Amino acid sequence: MLKIKNLHARVEEKQILNGINLEVKPGEVHAIMGPNGSGKSTLASVLAGREDFEVTEGTIEFLGKNLLEMEPEDRAREGVFLAFQYPVEIPGVSTVNFMKTALNKIREYRGQDTLDAVSFLTLMKEKIKLVEIDQALLNRSLNEGFSGGEKKRNEIFQMAMLEPKLAILDETDSGLDIDALRIVANGVNKLKTKDNATIVVTHYQRLLEYIVPDYVHVLYKGRIVKSGSKELALELEEKGYDWIKSEVEVA
Amino acid sequence: MSTITDKENFSTTLIDSLLSLHHSNDKDARSVAQEELKKWGLPTAKSEEYKFTPITRILAKNFSAEELLVEPSASKIKIEDTLLSEFPENVVVFSNGRFDESQSSLKSMKGLTIIPLKQAIEQKSEVIEAHFKSFPRSKDPFGLLNAACWQDGLFVHVEKNIAVSSPLVVINQHDAGTAKVSSHSRLLVLIEQGADFSVIEKTVTTGNQPVFHSLNEEIKVLANASFKYYKIQNDPGDLIQVSNTTIYQENSSRTDTYTFSLDGKLIRNNLSILIDGEGCESHFFGLYLTKGETLVDNHTVVDHMKPNSFSNELYKGLMDEKSKGVFNGKIYVRPHAQKTNAFQSNRNILLSDTATINTKPQLEIWADDVKCSHGCTTGQLDEEALFYLQSRGIPKSTAKAMLLYAFAGEVLEAIKDERLREYIDGMISERLHKNF
Repeated sequence: MLKIKNLHARVEEKQILNGINLEVKPGEVHAIMGPNGSGKSTLASVLAGREDFEVTEGTIEFLGKNLLEMEPEDRAREGVFLAFQYPVEIPGVSTVNFMKTALNKIREYRGQDTLDAVSFLTLMKEKIKLVEIDQALLNRSLNEGFSGGEKKRNEIFQMAMLEPKLAILDETDSGLDIDALRIVANGVNKLKTKDNATIVVTHYQRLLEYIVPDYVHVLYKGRIVKSGSKELALELEEKGYDWIKSEVEVA
Repeated sequence: MSTITDKENFSTTLIDSLLSLHHSNDKDARSVAQEELKKWGLPTAKSEEYKFTPITRILAKNFSAEELLVEPSASKIKIEDTLLSEFPENVVVFSNGRFDESQSSLKSMKGLTIIPLKQAIEQKSEVIEAHFKSFPRSKDPFGLLNAACWQDGLFVHVEKNIAVSSPLVVINQHDAGTAKVSSHSRLLVLIEQGADFSVIEKTVTTGNQPVFHSLNEEIKVLANASFKYYKIQNDPGDLIQVSNTTIYQENSSRTDTYTFSLDGKLIRNNLSILIDGEGCESHFFGLYLTKGETLVDNHTVVDHMKPNSFSNELYKGLMDEKSKGVFNGKIYVRPHAQKTNAFQSNRNILLSDTATINTKPQLEIWADDVKCSHGCTTGQLDEEALFYLQSRGIPKSTAKAMLLYAFAGEVLEAIKDERLREYIDGMISERLHKNF
């Protein structure tokens, strides 16, 4: 589904990614871990098409298409979804209207009929249950005045509505208490099928107790320096990142 | 150097020609204004109040001094605006500055008088004398010019406890298809104790010749009365317009003003709210969406003259292409106007590198027990928000329209009349290419 080869990227003059290689297949869950500043969020942003980052080398193929040539909206329409680390507050745009516009733009792109108000609301009610989000919240301005947990839940609600093929969760656990974490993780798990894939970007192992990865990759200085099974996450939790750092330095 | 001389000549010739005009009505007030104008002249590049708005230069470029004072020929253009079908009850049309009876329709109602000002001066001189003789007049040079040479106007009198449910629509129509137009109109409104009244005012300009329109408005809102004022400026072509609107409020009265400026060549709105009473509320909203080379200048004044009143001001602007925005918001709180609450906010977004905004809050507070705040911001479209919307599959152009519409929406939502909100919404949506 996703093939990243030798990806190099920088922001302004600062080189952040230094040759990432990663392949994700349908049905898989990959965790990307690593210390602060290792390039985790940059990788997530480059996948979603954030303009601040310049790809200097390498390729990203998504479902056989060159992802790097696509505008952010086209990536979303092809099935990429980024759950933001810091969801943006947009006064004056309600989540409901925003989602209706987004969903219909995606449906148009895929040659499907747009949803009328009634079928949209039916779909929305179904998805609301999945992520346990208060409907009143969705009628308010997007993320404006939401708590950290409400913002993250809203991200998962959007994910549920848009049904992406590849979901990238960027530090979704940051700022969440244990209950919110559980709800968010449950939502993600319920959305999992054999045809879609998930990349979980996280600093801590905590989230991975709820969203169990098939693979764990450790990112350090813009490179994947270690890959393994979910046990690698436990090892990191126990030992911290220093042993990885020293292993890399020695090599 | 020649342009400076031209401008000086323009100002002098204009004032000289003004003095030679002989109007038969309102003689005293006209001559007072003439004398004042003679003393101050038209604003120059050095005039603080017109620092960013070179109106004299632009007038001199488009008109000779005589052309500014000449009565324009009548217009026969029929106005087609859905505003008239939405609010057909009370409509007054001025065509090229003259009261246009054929296009006006006034439903008679007990306790409500709406008549041409010249007629009112003859028939209702006592009321006008009692309420407007000592009215705090605008000292703005164009306010003086208007006071000296106004051609036609309207007088509205709403008697005690009369609530007029349908708003009065005033259309200032200019037909500049064949010749330049210069018109000077006036509006006098008296809303007595406990009465309720609204005005929707719109300019409708056709043709490509330059148009100059000066408008003086004096509105008196007596105790416990309520007044709503909507101004809609959306004229393609070369309209240069200066409005001087002064609203005077007495005890426990309320005003809500809304100013929408979407198009025109040069628009200057001087809006002054004089709160000469306790327990008053004044809300004023503005939205200016400019493009091309349009200049929109809003100068507002709130003068808290008595204790225990509340004012709240929100003006927002989106400037695109080479357009310019100017905002100046003065809040005065006089020494004995304790317990005043006065808030002001001006927010701007520049959509191009060549658009500009000059914004200046000016608070002068002499009382010590007050709550006042002001804030002005100028920025660009929020790239992070744009990316967020795009990342959900929304094309950039739609995402941009959504953000701009949401920005304007805050002012739009403040309009309580649903029909009017929809009408203005339609205009704004069209302008912002709303496609979602």
